Amino acid sequence: MKPSRLLALLLMLVVAPAIRAQAPEAAPAAAGPSRLVVDVTGGISQPMPIAIPGMATPAVADTPAGDTAALGLRVADVVTNDLKNSGLFNPLPKSALQTVGYSQMSTPEYPFWIQTGAQALVQGFVQLNGDGTLTVGCYLYDVFAKSELTRQGYVVPAAQWRQAAHKCADMIYTRLTGEGPYFNSRVVYVSETGPKLNRIKRLAYMDQDGANHRFLTNGQTIVLTPRFAPNQQSIVYMSYAGNRARVYVYDMGTGKQRLVVDQPHMTFSPRFSPDGKYVIFSMAIGGNTDIYRTIAGGGGALERLTTSPAIDTGASYSPDGSRIVFESDRSGTQQLYVMNADGSNQNRISFGAGRYGSAAWSPRGDLIAFTRIGGGFNVGVMGVDGSNARILTNGWQDEGPSWSPNGRVIMYFRTGQGSGKADLWSVDLTGVNERPVPTPLDGSDPSWGPLLP
Amino acid sequence: MARVSMKIALAAALALSVAGCAKKKVEELPPPPAPAPPPPAPEPAPPPPPSGPTPGSRADFVAQAGTDTVYFDTDMYDLSADDEATLTKQAAWLAKYPNVTVTIEGHCDERGTREYNLALGDRRANAAKNFLANAGVAASRLSVISYGKERPIATGSDEASWAQNRRAVTVVPN
Repeated sequence: MKPSRLLALLLMLVVAPAIRAQAPEAAPAAAGPSRLVVDVTGGISQPMPIAIPGMATPAVADTPAGDTAALGLRVADVVTNDLKNSGLFNPLPKSALQTVGYSQMSTPEYPFWIQTGAQALVQGFVQLNGDGTLTVGCYLYDVFAKSELTRQGYVVPAAQWRQAAHKCADMIYTRLTGEGPYFNSRVVYVSETGPKLNRIKRLAYMDQDGANHRFLTNGQTIVLTPRFAPNQQSIVYMSYAGNRARVYVYDMGTGKQRLVVDQPHMTFSPRFSPDGKYVIFSMAIGGNTDIYRTIAGGGGALERLTTSPAIDTGASYSPDGSRIVFESDRSGTQQLYVMNADGSNQNRISFGAGRYGSAAWSPRGDLIAFTRIGGGFNVGVMGVDGSNARILTNGWQDEGPSWSPNGRVIMYFRTGQGSGKADLWSVDLTGVNERPVPTPLDGSDPSWGPLLP
Repeated sequence: MARVSMKIALAAALALSVAGCAKKKVEELPPPPAPAPPPPAPEPAPPPPPSGPTPGSRADFVAQAGTDTVYFDTDMYDLSADDEATLTKQAAWLAKYPNVTVTIEGHCDERGTREYNLALGDRRANAAKNFLANAGVAASRLSVISYGKERPIATGSDEASWAQNRRAVTVVPN
């Protein structure tokens, strides 16, 4: 259940002696300057052609997740899918690939790969260890320079083979783009089904690629706006349990739910502080909504951070915890404001046309994502001082942005005109790579958690 | 035997739920007309005596006040003259039944962000609550809850539907 530390065992590749023996031939290039770099800033850059053949196995062995030969193919599929979805890579079709044996792990057949048009090549293997764990080896090559760029091995319980695959994809992505990793991460969201007049909403979470999907609540009460704790051991969200609208914390380990503050007023729009110690949320008293802070563990005092008679809600911390972005209609319409974490120094930052709400501070600290309500509802980003605002999506109603752990991709939800059906989507900072995120039912209110260990 | 009766119960439940669904669907099918008063308002007014709803019931409340709902403009929460007339009648009914406590639900149309709409729905519910309180209903009998945009009554994505969904509903317990 809980992400165990076992799966996090990340080793430099010292686990496969046979391979190490072969490695030196290719080794020197890794340190040398390679020009193989993916441009992540350009508006419409060409995705890099990359070859990701099925991964080999030193010896076919059964595991609870399938035999190691089958797993090798599935690991390559996960890596392929991750890199393709980033929009920065163009994995070659399977028909253009050839099978790679374990013995070729560190000696790629460059002449073959060059003629495929691939600029980068990923090779790897899946090996069953004596203790039942798997080792997934992952190697990245520059095809034209005929050199190894990097390699890593991951030891995971067999059931968590997908995490090793995501780590492999993250290694490739970070090495070739210079951006931080984000594939090995999860998303908590609200799974939706049913007619528009009576949507059934359930808490659910899944890997960022939609795999390993789990429901957490049964849909008997409406649940909204779940957010992961930084350590991902709990989720803060709003529920209508008992026909009252209040903020709860769901413990991932025990499956228990706990009221955050016991007040006779509606509490909503919760988020954890980056250190996980606090929850900020909104509370509506007699029609006036303000932002408050309390100890996440419960039992602490309430600190009121805003005092305007307007609606102040949608609070989100800066990654260092020193500031908070929120929305307020104190000027007459919904606009974004930034304040210090203690509530001091509140300044409006959004001045463009339309209204602005549901802000989310990037984990990189440099941008704030928002929903703009103009002619339509669109997700965009702006500098933390409100500068350089730009719109990234073009649905009829897009809202509720949440950042990938590396601050380069935004997940949000799109509601259909008329149907009221909502679905999860993602878009990267270029605005070019806009794509649906697969979920078993409909989905809304995504919250992208931090990178898994 | 237990199994058989269970099956029968299941079948019965299934039939019931199917019937329930079908009924609901029929109600939804024709696009909702102009902001009509909610369901069980007996339009032709035969003198109250024996045929009317049970005094003090939800149906009685709706019949006497004319409607349990007041409507709002986009992103607004102030009450119109019509709304105040409705709430005045609601207050009169509540004065007659001092043991009844009500919940006032605030709702919004879909064209607002989720969290803002929760706050706006709370404003709307409180606008209705404050009017009733000022009209003499003890505040302790009036609780509020906001559903934001979570519980629309009109399904369209058009101005007419949105107008019906921007509302505060005074809910008398059944």
